[in-house]
Parts: sequence; C-alpha cells; structure tokens
Amino acid sequence: MYEGAVQELIDELGRLPGIGPKSAQRIAFHILEADPQDMVRLAQAISVVKERVKYCTICFNVSESETCTLCRDERRSDEIICVVEESKDVVAIERSRAFSGRYHVLGGAINPINGIGPEQLHVRELIARLGDERITEIILATDPNLEGEATATYLVRTLRPLGIKISRLASGLPVGGDLEYADEVTLARAIEGRRNTAPSAPAAPLVRTPLPATEPTSSS
Amino acid sequence: MDVSRSSFAAKSYRTRGIVLRTHKLGEADRIITLLSPEFGVVRAVAKGVRRTSSKLGATLEPFMEVDAQIVAGRSLHTIIQAQLRHPYGQALVADYPAYTAGAAMLETAERLTDADADSIAPQYRLLHGALATLARGGHEPGTVLDSYLLRALASAGWAPSFTHCVRCGEVGPHGAVNIPLGGAVCHDCRPSGSSSPAPETMALLAALLTGDWAIIDAAEPAARAQAATITTNYLQWHLERAVKSLKLVERQ
Repeated sequence: MYEGAVQELIDELGRLPGIGPKSAQRIAFHILEADPQDMVRLAQAISVVKERVKYCTICFNVSESETCTLCRDERRSDEIICVVEESKDVVAIERSRAFSGRYHVLGGAINPINGIGPEQLHVRELIARLGDERITEIILATDPNLEGEATATYLVRTLRPLGIKISRLASGLPVGGDLEYADEVTLARAIEGRRNTAPSAPAAPLVRTPLPATEPTSSS
Repeated sequence: MDVSRSSFAAKSYRTRGIVLRTHKLGEADRIITLLSPEFGVVRAVAKGVRRTSSKLGATLEPFMEVDAQIVAGRSLHTIIQAQLRHPYGQALVADYPAYTAGAAMLETAERLTDADADSIAPQYRLLHGALATLARGGHEPGTVLDSYLLRALASAGWAPSFTHCVRCGEVGPHGAVNIPLGGAVCHDCRPSGSSSPAPETMALLAALLTGDWAIIDAAEPAARAQAATITTNYLQWHLERAVKSLKLVERQ
C-alpha cells in the first residue's frame, strides 16, 4: 500500500478495462515521473470528454453539441439511413467512404441472455425518424454475428409495414483472400447472397437463330 | 521424445458441445461457454474470433453444435480448432420468436447443468433436441420452449406432475396447481395460494411434459398463455435467480 494520493490513483486506474493491479501501479508511477504539463493535458482531456461529449439527439452518435456533425452536414443525402450498433461502427463505415447518407446508432444488439431487448435499444427513435418522407431506404449494418443478425431480423419485421426499402449489408468473402480458406458458414452466405453480374444482358443462346420478323407474343 | 509437445498433447482434448453464450475478451478474443455431454459446462478462450478474417468466428456462436479441440490451461481453456456439426443459429436468427425462445433455453441449460454433474448427458440431449425442433420450425416457438423447460426441470430432479395430485397421489384430472408443491393438487389437498387454471390448460401442461405434440399444436392461445405462465413460475421457483431472457420471449 502506498500513501494517500498514489494509492488512490492506482485504485482508480485499476478500474479501467483491461488494467490489472500491476499495470495500474506501472501507469501511476509513469504519471508521477512524467512531465507535469503532459499529465495536466491528459487530466483536462478526460474532464472535457465527460463534460462536453453527449449523444446526438437525432442519431445517438457521440457528439459535442445537440446534433452531431454527420446529422448537420447538408451535403449528405437524407434519403438513406444506415442503422449501426455503436458509434465505432459509424467511424468504420465513414472510413470506407462508400456511404454518404445519415446514420442511426442503436446502442447495442438484442441479446436476451444479457437482458438486452428491443426496449433497451434506440428502436423507437428510429421508427419516429422514419416518419420523414424523404427517406427511401434503410441499410441494416448490424454486426454479422448472431446477435447482430437477430437484431436485423427484428428490425425487418418491425419496419416492413412502413413500406420503405430495407437492405442488409452483404456478407461474404474477404477481399484479397483465397476461396479454399473460407469457412463453411461464410462461404454458404456468399453463395446465398451472390449477385447477377450482368443484370441487363439477355441470356445468350447457344446456337444463334435468325430473329423472327414479327414481335413474339407471350404464350402464357 | 519432445517433452513439451507430449505434455501439450496430453492437455488437449476433443469434445462436441453446444455454444451457450459468448463474452468479449480483450481486443479480438471471446470466451465461449460450451455445454459438452462429457465435461459439462466448459469455458474456453477462442483467440481472434472477432476479426473478420477469423475462420472460427462463425462456428463458435450461440446455438451452434460444434466439434472442438480444446487445450486445458491453468484457469481458462483454449479452443484451438472447431468444426460445425449443426448450424442451428443460422435458422434461429431468421425467426425472431424462435431466437428469443432459444436464448431462454440456453440460459436455463447453463443454470441447470452448472450445479448438477449427474444429469449433464440427458440435459444435453434435451437441449439438442429442443434446438433442432426450433430450427426445423413447424411448432410455435413458445410451446417448444415450455416443453423444454418442463422436461429439463424433470431431468434435473424437479419433475412436476399435472395428472396426479402431488400430495395424495389421486389420479386426476385436477383443477388446481400449486407451484411450491410441484404441480396439480386435488380438491381436498388444495392449499391456499394455489391457482385454478382451465381444464384445457391442465391437459396442455401434461402434454408439454410428455411431448405430445398432437395435443400441444391443437391447444388454444388462451391455454398456451396460461401454461406458459405456470411453466415460467415453476422454473423461477426452483432456479431462485431470475432467468433474464424469459422476459424477452415473444409468444404468439
């Protein structure tokens, strides 16, 4: 046991995720020996985060003001909403630069064993947002694991009566890998979710026959 | 002979099992709780399964029956290989009521097998059968769950009776149920605090306990709802702690 302040710091650090008693002690002594200005900056960063950062009232992403920058950005499309589990998923999709619509953060996934049902997520707020007539599509971007899939199933069932197009992120083979190393579940999903690579091209006949002179009438 | 390798091989074992639940661990690992018919509840680390490049990730999800190669460690074991035997999870996530019913089964199975080592093999068979029935579809998920709960409790040594009076043994049908006594009570034995369900509910409860699907599938929604309440109360009475996922089960 150390005296007062040092022990208190060790105890507080030890409560952080992934930090055990020995790590807490090492970090505490690093703080003691480090440049005072650096440590004041760290302390300020922590208190500022707790003071200023809250959740966006529209999409529940982390934000420093009432609404987040993504909800305020007028260049983004209002037509598509991408539903994700957590704020870090917003960042992951933003990094891909493939999406320019709005987001909705659920705050987790349905997990009955841990007592998390639809009521604990921001589902009701999502339905309220869909009253906006500009919205034409919802992309369900929950995690491709069991809880994420169950959440997507629940959302599809709840949102289908609204008559808005609902799509789910594709799942399949990672880019840059070998087919033979894919696991069975992923490979099965990739086959299930295959897409038509030439949607507009007509089926090519094996033997070319001369086109009939008149418009063929449908036989059915 | 290489000493370290032989001891590694001695510490590793192979078992089949149903994944009951998963916890996140560190950056990309998960702790997998597996119910094995030979070893009971096994908690093992699966390394790197949360990465998108992981081949084990899809296999080690709740509801899946797997063949796993596990290495025993000092505190936690480690799963080094796993192969899918039955992908029940795939079918269950596509049907939300079945998913919630399945989650309640997994939570109950973990509770019932954690304490009692003798009944693990029958409990495993019951859970496996119930999950297969849920995944196949055809029956209302709520009734599959109730039937599983009653039979799992019976396997664990808390068999209820809905045909005979639990106090004097008189053959029914009886009109009252007392949860603490363990089932139906006749008119003379009926203690205060017993409930009086409809005769159809008593017949349904007996069918749920024996797995008579012709009667169960023909039951009216009102009888199903009453039977579900009695089953849930009976389970909670014996498990003492609340089963969280039961509240989230969607019944039709």
